[in-house]
Amino acid sequence: MSSLSGSGFLSIDWLLTLIAAWLLIGCAGLLAPRQLGFVGRTLYPLGALVGLALAAVAFGALGETAEVAVLPLGLPDLPFHLRLDSLSALFLLLLGGASAGISIYAAGYLRKGEGTAPGLQCLQYHLFLASMALVLLADDAYVYMVAWESMALSSFFLVTSDHRLPEIRRAGYLYLLIAHVGAIGILLSFGVLQSGGDLSISNGVADYTFAHMRAMPHDAFWASAAFGLALFGFGAKAGLLPLHIWLPEAHPAAPSPVSAMMSGVMLKTAIYGMLRVSFDLLHHPLWWWGVLVLALGLLTALFGAVFSAVQSDMKRLLAYSSIENIGLLFVGIGLTLTFQSFGMNALAVLALTAVLYHCLNHAAFKSLLFLCTGSVLHATRERSLGKLGGLIHRMPWVAWLALLGVIAAAGLPPLNGFVSEWLLLQAFLFTPSLPHAYINMLIPVAAAAVALTAALAGFVMVKFFGIVFLGQPREEKISQAHDAGWLERLGLVWLAALCVLLGLFPVYVIEKLDFVTRSLLGVGVYPAGNNTPHGWLLLAPISADRASYEPLVFLLMIGAVITATYLIVHRYWHGRARRSAAWDCGFPLQTARMQDTAEGFSQPLRQVFEPFYRQTRELPTAFDTAPRYRVVVEDHFWYWLYLPVARAAEFGARCVSFLQQGRISIYLLYSFLTLVALLFLVRG
Amino acid sequence: MIGDRMDILAPILLQFLELLMALALAPLLTGWVNQCRAWLQNRSAPPLLQPYRQLAKLFEKEVVLAHNASSLFRAAPYVIFACMALAAAIVPTLSTDLPFGPAADAIALVGIFALARVFIALAGMDVGTSFGSLGARREMLIGFLAEPALLMVFFTASLISQSTSLSTIVSTLARGEFTIYPSLAFAGIAFSMVSLAENARVPVDNPTTHLELTMIHEAMILEYSGRHLALIEWAAALKLYAYSCLGLALFFPWGIPQAAEFANLPVALAGLLFKLGIGGFLLAVIETVSAKMRIFRAPEFLGTAFMLAVLAMLVHLLLETGK
Repeated sequence: MSSLSGSGFLSIDWLLTLIAAWLLIGCAGLLAPRQLGFVGRTLYPLGALVGLALAAVAFGALGETAEVAVLPLGLPDLPFHLRLDSLSALFLLLLGGASAGISIYAAGYLRKGEGTAPGLQCLQYHLFLASMALVLLADDAYVYMVAWESMALSSFFLVTSDHRLPEIRRAGYLYLLIAHVGAIGILLSFGVLQSGGDLSISNGVADYTFAHMRAMPHDAFWASAAFGLALFGFGAKAGLLPLHIWLPEAHPAAPSPVSAMMSGVMLKTAIYGMLRVSFDLLHHPLWWWGVLVLALGLLTALFGAVFSAVQSDMKRLLAYSSIENIGLLFVGIGLTLTFQSFGMNALAVLALTAVLYHCLNHAAFKSLLFLCTGSVLHATRERSLGKLGGLIHRMPWVAWLALLGVIAAAGLPPLNGFVSEWLLLQAFLFTPSLPHAYINMLIPVAAAAVALTAALAGFVMVKFFGIVFLGQPREEKISQAHDAGWLERLGLVWLAALCVLLGLFPVYVIEKLDFVTRSLLGVGVYPAGNNTPHGWLLLAPISADRASYEPLVFLLMIGAVITATYLIVHRYWHGRARRSAAWDCGFPLQTARMQDTAEGFSQPLRQVFEPFYRQTRELPTAFDTAPRYRVVVEDHFWYWLYLPVARAAEFGARCVSFLQQGRISIYLLYSFLTLVALLFLVRG
Repeated sequence: MIGDRMDILAPILLQFLELLMALALAPLLTGWVNQCRAWLQNRSAPPLLQPYRQLAKLFEKEVVLAHNASSLFRAAPYVIFACMALAAAIVPTLSTDLPFGPAADAIALVGIFALARVFIALAGMDVGTSFGSLGARREMLIGFLAEPALLMVFFTASLISQSTSLSTIVSTLARGEFTIYPSLAFAGIAFSMVSLAENARVPVDNPTTHLELTMIHEAMILEYSGRHLALIEWAAALKLYAYSCLGLALFFPWGIPQAAEFANLPVALAGLLFKLGIGGFLLAVIETVSAKMRIFRAPEFLGTAFMLAVLAMLVHLLLETGK
C-alpha cells in the first residue's frame, strides 16, 4: 500500500498495516453494532493486540535511521508523505503501550444501554487511535492536518456518546470549538514555516512537506511568528493556560476509557507537535521563547494543582491534575529551549529527557487512574467524591492498583512520577550557568513553583485516594459495590506494571530516550556507544558525585527493612490482633457522615489560595431549621476571558445581523450594489 | 589482601552501624528533649530512657483494630518505619562515604519523607473517623508547604556544592575552604522552621496533646495500638533524629570524617552526641518559649519558611557566585 523506498518490508510499512488493521477493526464494529459480545470480546481485544504490536514495532524503530513513505492518497500532486524517526517512534510506542491497556479494559467496560451503540463506538474509538498514529507519522502539513482533524472529530463523538445529557453536549461543543481555534493556529504556523515569510507563490513548489520546512531558512521574526502560532495551537490541544477551559469539561463527560485515552495519549500528541516544531522544523530558538513557555507552563502547572485540590468530582479532579502535568511538561520544554538558545545542548538534553520521560509516565499513571474511576463509576454509579468511600473493602483490586497510580502521580519514589520530577529539578539546578543574569534570578522562583506544584499533587492524590477508597461508605448503596471484571483488571494491571517498570529502570529508559534527544539536540544524556557508564542500577545523568538515584536499591532497602521489622516483631513479641469498635477519642456516636467530605478536605486550601478561586458561598445561620451549606468554586478565566469574548462575538453578530433580512429582493439588491461597486472600481 | 577487603567491607559495616545507631539513638534523643523541656518548665523530668520503656510496653500489648480497618491500615506502620529508617541511614553522620548514599540524593530524601507522610495520612483516613480525616487533612496542609521549603533549602546547599548528593554536599561544606555563606543563614532559619513543623513540634503541633482542636499528628494515629503504635512512635523518633542529623550535617558539618575508617569512629561519635545534645536542648528551649499557633497561622509560618528558603537561593546567586 505504500511505495517502498527501499527493499523489503520496513518498520513504517508494518506501522501502516497496523493502522489499517485498527481501521478495519473499527469498521467491523458496524457489522453488528448492537452485539456486545462480538464487539467487546472480539474487536476490542484485537485492537489491544494491534496496539501491542504497534508498540513493539515502534520500539524497534527507536534509534534506527528515519524511514519515509509516500501514500498515493490525498489530492492530485499532493500525496501523503509519512516519516518514521525516533521522535515519532517514541510517541507511537507511548500510543501503542497505553492503548493496549486501555483497549483491553474497554473490552470489559462496555455495558448495554450506555450512550452510543457499542459497534459505532468501536468505530469511533479505533478511528481515534488510527488518526493519532497518523498524526505521529505525518511528514507534511496536509496529512498532518487531515489526521489532526480526524482525531478531534472522532474524539468529539466519543466525548458526546451520552449526548442525551445537555451538559455533555455543552462540554462536547466547547471541546470542538477550542480544538478548531487551536487547529487554525497550527495551520497558520505551517503556512509561515512553508513560506518563510515570503508570500509570493513563485518560489518553488508549495508541497508543504516537513523536509521543505526544515530546509527553509527563517529569519527571527517569521520564526517567532511560526513558533507563537504553534504554541497557541498545540497549547489549545494540550490545555495550556488560558486555553485549558475545555479539559475539565470534556474529560468527565467522556466514558472512562476515552477519558484515559484523551488524557494519557491525545494530550501527548500536542506535546509531540510542540517538540516537532520547536526542535525539528525550527532550528535556532530565541531565548525569550524558552522563558515564555517556561512562564506559561509554570502558571498552568500551579493553576492545575490548585484547582484539582478543590474538585469534588473524581474525573474533574483528574482532569485538572492533567492540566498540572501538561504545565510541568511545558516547563521542561521551556527550559530546554532556553538552554538550547544559549548553545548549551549538553544541559538542554537533561530537561528534554525529563519532558520525554514525563510524557511516558503521565500516559501510564493518568490512564490508570482514569480507568480506576471508570470501575468505581460502574460499581457505584457515583462520580461525586462526597458520596463514595470505603471501596478498598469492596474493590480491593481497583483500590490497590489505584494506590500505585496515586503514588506515581504524587511524584513519590520509587515509582515513575518521581524519576521525571527528579530529572526536571536536576535540570533547574544547572541554570546558574546561563550567561543571562535576569533569567538566573527567575530560575529559583521557577524551581520553587515546580516544587510547590509537586507537593500539591501529593495533597490532591491523598484526597482522591483517601476519600474514594478509604474510610466508611458515605452512602448506603456503596456497600453493594463489586470489583472490576477480569478484562478490566488486566488493563489496570498492565498500566500499573508500566508505572512500576518505568520507575524502577530509569537507566534503561533514558538510554532509549537518548535516541530521541540525539536526533533533536545532537547529544544524549549518556555518551553514544558507552551507554551505561554507571551500570544498570545507578541513575546519575551527570556524574555520581553530582546527583544519583537508584530506585531498585531504594525499593529493595525499604522492602528489606519492612520484612526484617515484620519478622522481628512477630518473632520476639507476638502477632496478635483483635477487632473492636473504633476508638476515636472515646466518642461513641460515629457515623459515616462525620468523615471529611471532599469539600471539607480541601477547605484549608480554599483558604490559603483564596484569590485563585471565584467562590460563591451560602452559609447557614445559627437559627436555620434546615441548614444548608453550599460552595461553588469556579474558574476566573471563564469570567475574565471567555464570557467577554463570547459577548463580543455576540455583539458583533448582532451588529451585522441587520444585513440579514430574509427577503430575496433585499439580497438581490445587495448583489446589484456589489456589482455596481465592482464595475465602478474596474472602470477607475 | 586483607587491607583490600577491609576497604570494601568497612563502608558497608559502617553503613549498618549507622543504621543500627539511628535505631538505637532515636528514642534517646526524644527522651533527652522531653527531659530538657521538663527542666525548663520546672517539672520533674521523666527518666531519660522512658521512650524505650514505652516502646517495649507497646510491643508487648495486643493490637486492637477497628472493625473496618483495611490491610492498608496494617501495612502503613511498617512502610512508615522503613522510610524513616532509610532516611536516617542515608544522612551522613559518622562518615560521608556511605554505600547506600548514591541510592538517594537530597531530592530523593525529600521524596522518602513525602512517601511516609502520604502513608500516614492515608492510614489516618482509613478507619473513617472524624479525627482521622481531620488529622490527615491538616498533615497534608502542613506537608505541601513544608516539602517545597525543605527542597529549596537543599537546593541552596546544592548550588553551593554543585551537587545534590548528600555526601558531596557535606564534604564540600565541611572540608572546603572556610567561607561564610550568608545564604546558608537564611536556609538554616528556613530549615529550623520546617523541622519544627515536620516533627509535629510546638509552634505548629504539640506532640503531647490529645486536645481535639489542636492535634495534627496525634489525630491521625488515634486508632493505632500495640506494635503498630510502637512502630509509628519509633518512626517519629527516627524522623526527629534524621532531621537533627540533617541540620547538623548541612549547617554544622565539622567533625564528620570522610573516609570510612574505624579509627575515626570514637571522635565522630563523640562529636555527634555532643551536637545532638545541644540541638535537643535548643529544641526544648524553642518549645518552651513559644506558644502553639492556630492551625490557620501554620500556612503563614511555613510560607515564611518557604520564602526564606527561596531568598537563600537568590542570595546565593546574587552575592556568592561572583558574577
